[in-house]
Amino acid sequence: MNKTVLLGSIAAASALVAGAASANTLQEVIDRGEVRCGVSTGLAGFSAPDANGVWQGFDVAMCRAVAAAVLDDPMAVEFVPTTGQTRFTALASGEVDVLARNTTWTFTRDVDLNLRFVGINYYDGQGFMVRGDLGVGSATELDGATVCIQTGTTTELNLADYFRANGMEYEPVPIETNAEAQQQYLAGACDVYTTDVSGLAATRASFADPENHVILPEVISKEPLAITVRDGDDRWAGVVQWTFFALVAAEEMGITSANIAELAQGTDNPEINRLLGTEGELGSMLGLDPEWAIRAISAGGNYGEIFAANIGDGTPIGLARGLNAQWTQGGLLYAPPFR
Amino acid sequence: MATTAETFPRKVFRPSMLLYDKRYRSLTIQVVVLFLLMGFFAWLIDNTLTNLAALGRDFSFRFLGQTAGYDINQRLIDYNSQMTHGRAAVVGLLNTLLVAVLACVLATVVGVLAGVLRLSNNWLVAGLMTVYVEIFRNIPTLLWILIIFAIMTEAMPPPSAFRGEDATSSMLLWDTVAVTNRGVYIPEPLFSRSLGVIDMGSFLISIDLLAIVAVVGLSIWANKRLLAHATAVQNATGIRPKTWWKSILILVLPIVALLVVLGFHLGYPELRGFNFAGGTHLRNSLIALWFALGIYTGAFVAENVRSGILAVSKGQTEAAFALGLRPGLTMRLVILPQALRVIIPPLISQYLNITKNTSLALAVGYMDLRSTLGGITINQTGRELEGMLLMMLIYLVISLLISGAMNVYNARVKLKER
Repeated sequence: MNKTVLLGSIAAASALVAGAASANTLQEVIDRGEVRCGVSTGLAGFSAPDANGVWQGFDVAMCRAVAAAVLDDPMAVEFVPTTGQTRFTALASGEVDVLARNTTWTFTRDVDLNLRFVGINYYDGQGFMVRGDLGVGSATELDGATVCIQTGTTTELNLADYFRANGMEYEPVPIETNAEAQQQYLAGACDVYTTDVSGLAATRASFADPENHVILPEVISKEPLAITVRDGDDRWAGVVQWTFFALVAAEEMGITSANIAELAQGTDNPEINRLLGTEGELGSMLGLDPEWAIRAISAGGNYGEIFAANIGDGTPIGLARGLNAQWTQGGLLYAPPFR
Repeated sequence: MATTAETFPRKVFRPSMLLYDKRYRSLTIQVVVLFLLMGFFAWLIDNTLTNLAALGRDFSFRFLGQTAGYDINQRLIDYNSQMTHGRAAVVGLLNTLLVAVLACVLATVVGVLAGVLRLSNNWLVAGLMTVYVEIFRNIPTLLWILIIFAIMTEAMPPPSAFRGEDATSSMLLWDTVAVTNRGVYIPEPLFSRSLGVIDMGSFLISIDLLAIVAVVGLSIWANKRLLAHATAVQNATGIRPKTWWKSILILVLPIVALLVVLGFHLGYPELRGFNFAGGTHLRNSLIALWFALGIYTGAFVAENVRSGILAVSKGQTEAAFALGLRPGLTMRLVILPQALRVIIPPLISQYLNITKNTSLALAVGYMDLRSTLGGITINQTGRELEGMLLMMLIYLVISLLISGAMNVYNARVKLKER
């Protein structure tokens, strides 16, 4: 009997694996008529449903651009909320086609987990948030503090390394989702909340009293947050990757959702023409039609517009472009040439 | 007479008998089903391996030897982030066992009390216990865990409330216990003349603890000898010698002497920096899990106890009363020994339930086996299949051990049929 139970559970586990990865995601998405996109369970500015239940945010806009490019409908996306623990399984099992969920690109995840990181849409780093009345000005003063942390993330490892390297003690309080962490932090069950600085800013923006909370100056890690697809399907990886590059390149070339209709008539700039499909055959090389990039950019604007609308200075999140500016502006955003 | 044997057909086995002969048919069906079942599992395993290979993943437990890299807040053995995933899993396993044992003890105490009291003749007491049982067993465990956790974190004062001249909170029980929203800090036992520890390679054993266990064990054994002697005297002479003061001496004196020799004292928690330091820190996650599981399962145990007591016929009580036994003695000597036969088997299931339900720990961030091996380790290494299989195996072994031990106990209390 016990043997049967064990084998039964192997069966359940293998059923999970059995659903994995067919090799032609692009065709599957077209047949299905919607893109399945893995997002967070709710992080203001990046991916969270609005008052009408429509998903909004920076990561969400990336998925909408892919849906617009492939299916000609930015709303043809099914958003699947995933936790830090479930996200990779969801992607590997084919439950989602693309993961846009503040996922850090690391060696192990890329090589050992067989994920394909197609483009870094946000350059981030891990930081700390504390209450202003605690009087802490630097992360080096956090010896003995209780730290709330989302479990199953790279932040957990960075945190251990940082406190170890600085010879400090701490008490980790592992927490499953950002919402719970927020609740614990606000209740004072932990002194410090640590996650990516963008996430801290987004979380702080949703507080009733954001001015009473301080994000400490130390950034203790590199967190390149990347859009991720399954390994082993280069065509689909290409579609997602170049849709993202199209958004980046559009900003660099000055293509916005306002002037794209005009530019699509043809311009004197051959690269704009190639991107927008009035020249060359880049679309068909991807397996799409020539107007794919026009639709992707029209969905939510270019990278800069998406950034400004969701997490930029004008929003409650209030993140500066910083590392996420174009390479011409001193940032790290750099799309390979469209040729 | 000789002709009767020839009237029966000779025993010839024909293949068709496998299907048409009642003697063989059930056997045939069982063999066929067995082969189909084996084929099904072979297909499942093959399917798993093929799909793993297609994903470019191998099946290996090497990750257990890699550096874990994450910290665990509650550790019963020495652990830091530079140790291996295997070690982290052991730390998690010990945390699982700790909370399981604590919750089993609490559930048994609460359950037996509530079960006996529910049969009380006092209407109020019986009514209260009915309300307890019905409320607790009809609301899911997870909700109880979350409710207790929420009460602890939201309603208790933060450590900073204990600070300064105008502190809004103060410690309880003559400044020895601090109840905060990060857990409860209680005094810890310390020994100023400690005997040290034995290094067992992967973990340390306190010699103080061994000494205490040995002395207490010897005292209990000596006391048993004393009582046995008293009974022997009583049987021989009809007069039972007074033993209560000897018992107290035997039980109390050695352990007090040992504690004095070891320099036993309590370490009190005190506010230092962000948190309380010193003392034993019972984290909210542990408290929530412990109490929720204990009180929730206690409701089921109470029903088991009640059914066990009710299963003993009223004639037994009346017979005991007729012999002149008082109600307390009747319960202890007549009812309970018989009731235990009915109580133990379902009690085993409740202990197993508690042990398995400890995996709900993740909800409140208690670092049990599910959170370390089944959570962070799986996540950092991406070895879901291996991690899950290993975890299932461990839970299976723990459950089998518990049920094995309880079955031994059951064999001792069950009706001896001669």
